[in-house]
Amino acid sequence: MSTRLAQGGRLLTRGRPVNFTFNGKRLTGHAGDTLASALLANDQLMVGRSFKYHRPRGIVASGAEEPNALVGMGEGDRFEPNQRTTTTELHEGLTCISQNHWPSLEFDVGAINAQLARFLPAGFYYKTFMEPRPFWKHIYEPFIRQSAGLGKPPKGADPDSYEHFYAFADVLVIGGGVAGLQAALAAGRAGARVLVMEQTPHWGGRAPVDGGTIEGKPAEQFVTDALEELTGMDNVTLRSRLMGAGVYDHGYVLGYEQVAEPRAGQAGPRHRLWRIRATRVITATGALERPLSFAGNDVPGVMLASAVRDYAVNYAVSVGDRTVVVTNNDDAYRTAITLKELGLEVPAILDARKGGGGPLAERARDLGIRVETGKGVAKVKGTRRVEAVAICNQAGEGAVLEEIKCDAVAMSGGWSPVVHLFSHCGGKLNWDADQALFRPDRDKGPTGADGDVFVLAAGAANGHLDLAGGLADAHRAGRDAAREAGFTAADATAPQAEAPEEMPLEPVWLMPQGAGVKLRMKAWLDYQNDVKVSDIQLAAREGYESVEHAKRYTTLGMATDQGKLSNINGLAILSDALGQPIPQTGTTTFRPPYTPISMAAIAGQARGETFQPVRRTPMHDWHAENGAYWEPVGQWRRPYCYLRDGEGVQDALNREITQTRESLGLLDASTLGKIVVKGPDAGRFMDMLYTNMMSTLKPGRCRYGLMCSENGFLMDDGVVARLDEDTFLCHTTTGGAENVHGHMEEWLQTEWWDWQVYTANVTEQYAQIGVAGPNSRKVLEKLTDDDVSAEALGFMGWKPITVAGIPARVFRISFAGELSFELAVPAGHGRTLWDKLMEAGAEHGVMPYGTEAMHVMRAEKGFIMIGDETDGTVIPQDLGLHWAISKKKDDYIGKRAQARSHMTDPDRWQLVGLETLDGSVLPDGAYATAPGTNANGQRNVQGRVTSTYHSPTLGRGIAMGLVKHGPDRMGEVLEFPKVDGTIVEAKIVEPVFYDKEGEKLNA
Amino acid sequence: MKRYSAFAVAREAFRYHMGWERAWASPEPKKKYDAIIIGAGGHGLATAYYLGKNHGITNVAILEKGWLGGGNTGRNTTIIRSNYLQDPSAAMYEKSRSLYETLSQDLNYNIMFSPRGVMMLAQTQHEVRGYTRTAHANALQGVDTEFISPERVKELCPIMNIEGPRYPVLGALWQPRAGTARHDAVAWGLARACSAMGMDVIQKCEVTGIRQEGGKVSGVTTNRGDIACDKLGIVVAGHSGQLAEMAGFRLPIESVALQALVSEPIKPCMDVVVMANTVHGYMSQSDKGEMVIGGGADGFNNYTQRGSFHHIEETVRALCETFPVINRLKMLRQWGGIVDMTGDRSPILSKTPLGNCFINCGWGTGGFKATPGSGWGFAELMAKGQSPLCDEFSLDRFKEGRFIDESVAAGVAH
Amino acid sequence: MLMLTCPNCGVTGEESEFAPGGEAHLKRHGPGSSDEEFHAYLFAKENPRGVHFERWRHANGCGKWFHAARCTATLEVFGTYSAQTTEPPKDIKDKISAKRPGWSWREVE
Repeated sequence: MSTRLAQGGRLLTRGRPVNFTFNGKRLTGHAGDTLASALLANDQLMVGRSFKYHRPRGIVASGAEEPNALVGMGEGDRFEPNQRTTTTELHEGLTCISQNHWPSLEFDVGAINAQLARFLPAGFYYKTFMEPRPFWKHIYEPFIRQSAGLGKPPKGADPDSYEHFYAFADVLVIGGGVAGLQAALAAGRAGARVLVMEQTPHWGGRAPVDGGTIEGKPAEQFVTDALEELTGMDNVTLRSRLMGAGVYDHGYVLGYEQVAEPRAGQAGPRHRLWRIRATRVITATGALERPLSFAGNDVPGVMLASAVRDYAVNYAVSVGDRTVVVTNNDDAYRTAITLKELGLEVPAILDARKGGGGPLAERARDLGIRVETGKGVAKVKGTRRVEAVAICNQAGEGAVLEEIKCDAVAMSGGWSPVVHLFSHCGGKLNWDADQALFRPDRDKGPTGADGDVFVLAAGAANGHLDLAGGLADAHRAGRDAAREAGFTAADATAPQAEAPEEMPLEPVWLMPQGAGVKLRMKAWLDYQNDVKVSDIQLAAREGYESVEHAKRYTTLGMATDQGKLSNINGLAILSDALGQPIPQTGTTTFRPPYTPISMAAIAGQARGETFQPVRRTPMHDWHAENGAYWEPVGQWRRPYCYLRDGEGVQDALNREITQTRESLGLLDASTLGKIVVKGPDAGRFMDMLYTNMMSTLKPGRCRYGLMCSENGFLMDDGVVARLDEDTFLCHTTTGGAENVHGHMEEWLQTEWWDWQVYTANVTEQYAQIGVAGPNSRKVLEKLTDDDVSAEALGFMGWKPITVAGIPARVFRISFAGELSFELAVPAGHGRTLWDKLMEAGAEHGVMPYGTEAMHVMRAEKGFIMIGDETDGTVIPQDLGLHWAISKKKDDYIGKRAQARSHMTDPDRWQLVGLETLDGSVLPDGAYATAPGTNANGQRNVQGRVTSTYHSPTLGRGIAMGLVKHGPDRMGEVLEFPKVDGTIVEAKIVEPVFYDKEGEKLNA
Repeated sequence: MKRYSAFAVAREAFRYHMGWERAWASPEPKKKYDAIIIGAGGHGLATAYYLGKNHGITNVAILEKGWLGGGNTGRNTTIIRSNYLQDPSAAMYEKSRSLYETLSQDLNYNIMFSPRGVMMLAQTQHEVRGYTRTAHANALQGVDTEFISPERVKELCPIMNIEGPRYPVLGALWQPRAGTARHDAVAWGLARACSAMGMDVIQKCEVTGIRQEGGKVSGVTTNRGDIACDKLGIVVAGHSGQLAEMAGFRLPIESVALQALVSEPIKPCMDVVVMANTVHGYMSQSDKGEMVIGGGADGFNNYTQRGSFHHIEETVRALCETFPVINRLKMLRQWGGIVDMTGDRSPILSKTPLGNCFINCGWGTGGFKATPGSGWGFAELMAKGQSPLCDEFSLDRFKEGRFIDESVAAGVAH
Repeated sequence: MLMLTCPNCGVTGEESEFAPGGEAHLKRHGPGSSDEEFHAYLFAKENPRGVHFERWRHANGCGKWFHAARCTATLEVFGTYSAQTTEPPKDIKDKISAKRPGWSWREVE
């Protein structure tokens, strides 16, 4: 019977009951409880089912290492699976449910797997479920998926908020036990900026539970004093409920803070992700107790000895009335002594060591506890809770000497330093044979940007398991870290600590050491994933000899606890099976995070509308208010078209295009990239950037230019205007502005750094409006006194004017193929100008048109579009743009690349126009087939559609495409299969469908 | 090789599984082999497997400096698909996908190929067009794909938020016969099959030099002695540069870190694989219940097998938007691998300047799905000196400007 | 997560402030170069496991390019320096030689 003791509980606030429910049962705990301690206080020993065999699972530990006690917590949108009860603070109204069973925790159909366990050894699924083949997809896999998986999926969008936090420290101390506090004191006194992180709500770690004195006072007093001193230092920050989640390169550390469990309506984040840069990191992360591997060590009621002690001391919970302690070290005696002193029964301490223990053992005997040395557990009796243990000689094969009735077993297989954070970023470990543990190698810690080790382990985390040694080590680590971070530590010695002397442990990896296969099949290593000693031995027998193979084959250490309890035991068993020492087997790689952290915390604040910032043009709101159907383009949103009431997208397109062609349309072209290139060498630079000759462009004139990558492919295009002798304004595509600017700077700074050229990306400095259509000049003339006649401003000219009182540049350029003016004004005037143009254009029925209308109109004109006609594999020569490639220049970026054999291959596909024979619209992306198949059995092709639209102007489908020898095959009919296999026939034509002579745009 | 079956498991159960034999032998290297494959990852083992199975060459050693399957084979997100745009890629990946369908039976080792379907979301008009084009190309390449509507996307993957707000789902390229497989099992099953054919899978055998005579490879130097061979295949993703240097040539690749992560396991809630390239993330649910998530590659050369956290952050953020239910899941583990990036992000399966030495590398972020296909083609290349599957992936293509660029179809991630 | 110091503006920043730009000290081969030279320039990049010289741009900062000497096996940064050089400055070369005995700067190809 696990229950609450009448008195005690150092972390409890008695008199403040907290109500919660477990599987619908209403239960009560105290303020200060963890969910686990409250469950235990209510005799809820069994809290879940294991992953594979659906065995009953009880709470094993009292902290982050807990493998079993995971529950689904919360309701509705706040439901969260796999919450670890041992690290969950109890709060009023908490609701939780147990996991991995159907229909209920007590009666679970899946428990049949436990009966079949013999047929389901490690990796059985690799050997079965293969025949008949379709069964895998339809029967076996769904069954396996359904029986695996632990908790239920969360339900909806998470209503809570999460945030990121940035911090910097000279010395970051991870772990707020006595070692961490001492290290912080040493570093803080030296003047270093120190941040101390403690994952639990409490400071002091294990020491207040384990006893011992520091400077003659109880450990708890030391903690109080240390906190007081640290709090008084301006250079020290203490944060509890903040876990060190991961250590990354160059001193980057991730912290995971449990801020609160918010309920509906409450403000504030739930979790906070700390992103910390530290010069030195001290991992004072303590050590974790190891289970012992004996048959039935997974029965609810079998617990780590330290956890039994924690629950008794911290939460006044007795896990059982009669607790048998089984150990290979002295520390577990503390549990027996604690329980006995609380008036609970300890029928026996089974010490696997022949020689037994030291002073702590004496003390236990003095309290009247029966101590058996050289003995161990042959088997635990009971299924859903412990009923008895059968004891045996550790040296033997498990012959039962005696059966002892009990309702709890406290086990200790020794301690393993928490080396995770030390190892995340490449820290190396050494095997300490005396203590049977892996400990950090001081000289092979993770190295930082300067090549020096930046992580120092301290205290128990560094293999100093005794209080005095741990404190001294932490003191040294704190001073070293401060010194290495550039601070001078005053002379001071570590505080003196005293604790009972302990006899060395004897490694016990299997109990009893000669346990037969039947016992080994019941001796669990990984409780959650159901990996037993026999499974690791099977893996070794089958040749899965690498520790990584054994892990992956058996799934040892791959559960949500990531093997915190099981890994060392497992690799000891593996080493034994392979007949090699443990260090030769080595460990698996430790990877972040230390314990699982919420995805939402990683994502942070950037959610929903703010997931990625939206770039807005000055006219954005107008578009939104006037039916814009948005299209994301880069970080921008552009109107694809403007939908009027009851209109479909195609209707809107037809309307916008027709109106523009017949009268007047407006385009918000502000997103187009605008880059100024200026300086005495600007012309020379422009000649390298563009395939055209740009240096000869006259001020006041514009030229369409092509830009290639050094690899020869067309990367961007746009109109270049020469502002003055020294200055060019380069227009780029919307998506390309930043890349193009980066490209320019790269060449200027890393290749032609002696050229006198500056560039500036002024994309957002200007609003740009395209005014297109036969009435465009009329409307412009209404708003300006400047001369914008054909004579004063010819096609491909530009000039500064004042329009609607706003200083502007007007460019006579056209993408729509109509008489067209592009007006660029300072961004702040953009909306005003837009409104004025709408007003002035009203008499001509002005309409804004979106990106798709622009695409259709440019296709009608046969203008290429970067991203449509090009895809990163197309060179200008493919697009009939030879006229834009200067023959006079020796060099431009991409020129050499275009001389390679495949680039000059006459068989390259070339740009043509395509007209379906039936006037329909060719499917986008369709390929023109050629006879036969290639060596791989694929249908031969000879071209493809690059742009295809319904042209309202022509009343038929028009398309552009790339076709092998296309320009030489005018009039030929190609076959384009649709995805459904039917064929569309299209004739090869010139790519210009509208105003071939250019009369309109030249008007 | 004793056959695996439910019957064999039952039989063994009665002797407490004490009678299982080694899955693969652990031999000492011989003095000489007809062919040596450096690298016992999936591709190396598959090459050896098909050398034996298709070409009758079984006097083969596969040398592995660590443990077999320990590189990217055991680190990837296990996606298998063949909805590639360019013909050579589609041929390679479709061959591979079709081999995966029967690989469990061929190897007598359940590699858990799960043809649950892969969808690649289109969240911009540009992607819609790119994937529509891919669907057309696939139809002619014999790859079964379809561009599906947002409604169908939602039906196939109910946990997905298709409404945005930032990037609403406009459709998806759907390959119903694509899916996932158990990555380790692929390596283990192949190793067992190679071993059964009499090949030597030699682990902890590091190649330290490549010996040459008269412009040809004569053998390799290893930490376990010199081993001679008639033909050499280098299949060592992440270390290709080093091996090429030993052989005296330079490869057009750069090695960078690529990361992945898994959540804690939950009951099945997602029956398809989803890739979202606009926001850079992809996700599937493993048979164990973990959400398996892949992210972007670092842009700088890196051999540490650790990537930068901001990539994880970006990926998780994107997927929290796309799949709101994962907000309240927890990241269990993150890890990294080294991937070889070529100039066009497509692999190299090629002859080398050394006549009898062949190289298979540069798979970038997409190698796992190609494992059997790559092995099939590369074995043919090694055995016959020519293979239609490999022809276009030769080293020369960079010199000629003949690229196989898949990023064309908005395929940022493989 | 690297930390780099931009030698142009002096800011030490997070990796996410910077954009990597591949191998440094490339010699450009334009028209007139052989296929081999051009291929080597554009594709046969250095890919050492160890000391590497590379270009970075302080993209989310001052916008300037610079060079970094970095170890690809440990991520140690030996130093950052101007992009307007054809080879690493002596102090950086000396520092690397001291830290990686046996290392030496090869002639730029």
